[in-house]
Amino acid sequence: MSSNAITIPGVQIDEKPWVDTLHEWVTTVDHKRLGVLYILYALLFLVVAGVEALIIRIQLMFPHNHFVSPQVFNRLFTMHGTTMVFFMGMPILFGFANYLVPLMIGARDMAFPRLNAFSFWLSAMGGFLLYFSLVGANGLYGAGNAPDAGWWAYAPLTARAFSPGHSTDYWTLALLVSGFGSIGTAINIIATILCMRCPGMKLNRMPLLAWLNLVMAGMVLLAVSPLTAAQFMLLIDRYLGGHFFDTQAGGSAMLWMHFFWIFGHPEVYVLIIPCFAFMSEIIPVFSRKPIFGYPVMVAATVCIGFVSMSVWAHHMFSVGMNSYANSFFTITTMAVGVPTGIKIFNWLGTMWGGKIQFKVPMLFCIAFLFQFLTAGLTGIMLGSAAFDSQLTLSYFVVAHFHYTLVGGVVFGVFAALYYWYPKITGRILNETLGKLHFWLFLIGFHLTFDLMHIPGLLGMPRRIYTYEPGRGWDTVNLLISVGGFIQAIAVVIFAANLVVSYFKGKKAGNDPWDAWTLEWATSSPPPAYNFASIPLVASRRPLWDLKHPEDQ
Amino acid sequence: MSAMANPFPQAPATWRLPDRGKVAMAGLIIAESAIFTIFVVAYLFYVGKSLTGPTPREVLETPIFYTICLLSSSLTIHFAAKSLARERVGAFLGLWVLTIVLGGTFMYGTGQEWHRLIYEHGLTISTNLFGTTYYSLVGLHAFHVTAGLVMLSIVAIFAVVGRVQGEQSRRVEVLSMYWHFVDAVWVVVFTVVYVLGR
Repeated sequence: MSSNAITIPGVQIDEKPWVDTLHEWVTTVDHKRLGVLYILYALLFLVVAGVEALIIRIQLMFPHNHFVSPQVFNRLFTMHGTTMVFFMGMPILFGFANYLVPLMIGARDMAFPRLNAFSFWLSAMGGFLLYFSLVGANGLYGAGNAPDAGWWAYAPLTARAFSPGHSTDYWTLALLVSGFGSIGTAINIIATILCMRCPGMKLNRMPLLAWLNLVMAGMVLLAVSPLTAAQFMLLIDRYLGGHFFDTQAGGSAMLWMHFFWIFGHPEVYVLIIPCFAFMSEIIPVFSRKPIFGYPVMVAATVCIGFVSMSVWAHHMFSVGMNSYANSFFTITTMAVGVPTGIKIFNWLGTMWGGKIQFKVPMLFCIAFLFQFLTAGLTGIMLGSAAFDSQLTLSYFVVAHFHYTLVGGVVFGVFAALYYWYPKITGRILNETLGKLHFWLFLIGFHLTFDLMHIPGLLGMPRRIYTYEPGRGWDTVNLLISVGGFIQAIAVVIFAANLVVSYFKGKKAGNDPWDAWTLEWATSSPPPAYNFASIPLVASRRPLWDLKHPEDQ
Repeated sequence: MSAMANPFPQAPATWRLPDRGKVAMAGLIIAESAIFTIFVVAYLFYVGKSLTGPTPREVLETPIFYTICLLSSSLTIHFAAKSLARERVGAFLGLWVLTIVLGGTFMYGTGQEWHRLIYEHGLTISTNLFGTTYYSLVGLHAFHVTAGLVMLSIVAIFAVVGRVQGEQSRRVEVLSMYWHFVDAVWVVVFTVVYVLGR
């Protein structure tokens, strides 16, 4: 153990058999262990869905390629999208929220530890249920062994007539189960932040990470619930002969679209707001300056939370809504860019004039800023109803949302992993391997997703399993696929770094980055009870106060 | 490590935070409201769009009596929780059981109505759009009433055994919040199904 660790006299730590350790992890209600379980589970699915993406890219490398069949291609992009959103993105961000929020607000655990464990296992079982479809979904029809209706699962593709067998049922049930888990975790995060803060931790002294996760959890309540309701309706249609989305009986396929996107668009903010939270914690520490414009950051986040609830139908401009709806959703979509722009200015304002340390977490943060800004600009393009009707359902859209979700969420998650890995394990991730990972991933990312805009502008539709040669898409598609493999190599280096540094990494001590928030006040890894005595807080940067008693 | 023992001076004199049970229940109510909103929107969207009968105007009868039962159970549970907070355990138990009886009566009414619709009018969930939306919206609400009744009954059993005292009144209030929510949802469902939808 490092010399900084708190040792308790009279307590002997014995080597335990691995079965006992496993049992402890499976039955744990500790927010830190559940956080780690969430993150490991999400990284597993990152690999699974990443391999699916690579197979998609191999198929599209050359025109008239026959690496996979059209049927398998449909299953691949459905599983890739569903997995990345529900079983990689949400769990990994919930994992960080679980791990960090109680530590940052000076609490010993979440408000409801058992609900927390229950929610995690629901989410986990949801993921395994989705992949169990590979074994269980054949049904009596021999038709389809994995969901293949796309991650939107538009009606009537999900109706019994077009989706026989059980693959769509597994998709629905997996999302329903993990949705309950998400709602449970969201309630838990809200209750923790509002009711478990240590003395002195007023709302306006909370770390921004806690604030942003509070907004994220509120959005989960309002966004995931409509998806749950829509999945109930789909189940009623498929199992009880209901007609919600059955056009033969007067039902409407548009209604599913609305219900899905009422969930779907806030969902991307549920994914990106925790990454905003990582930026708001990491950038100040490596700029050696307090965050610029704390109250404005909070206000902008709450504002994004509200406005993003009313933008969903910009995913549906091409289905033929009336011009009033098109104008309304164009305006709200443009409006949501304003608070997001405010945040980018605030991060730049934090870096401005700071003593910037270009450590690996900070590198990922800087890349995040550029990429998220670019993704926002293509988002403005797609948010305009007139322009969208030219670009929608093309590879331009695929490039845009991968720019937000990879260039934004994945870069944010990597920054967070490098920044908090020392707290979680007690060891610092290797800086050289980290820089190699960063640069390779950056090059691979830009090769893939910058270029992907071009075939979109040239008219390449999304979700096609192959294409004719000589349309100007050939070389670009090859380069996009090469970029995908460069990213995969970078992720392998990252995985190696995680393992090597866990055993051989430099000891971190309590506070390797000289940071200011409460999680760095306790040992690394923190004891089960987090803090020997509950801290008292007098400012937004409690550790600064501790390190600089003269500055009060 | 003695510096770690109390590193942060200046303890505020009073430090009060909201009750986590109530905050969590409020969160659950927000999430449930969103679910109900989607079902209500689907109901309203499909009003009058059924391709075949029966229509709501032909078969629905306004359940005034059972509605009064459910809404008055909100009053009884409120006064039950108040009685418990004032340590009047007997009054609490009486009002609590009355709440269960009123809720149970409401469920009996729903069962009656469904029985009549299925066996007299041949309306099932797969008959037409009205059947699909009606049974799912009213059924979702009835499911929430049933869940509430199960939880209320568990508390009642504990109360009969004598394990519910004044110190549990905050927990009882959390359950009371849920029951008020179920009643408020009925006001919306009643308005949508029996007033606007006919």
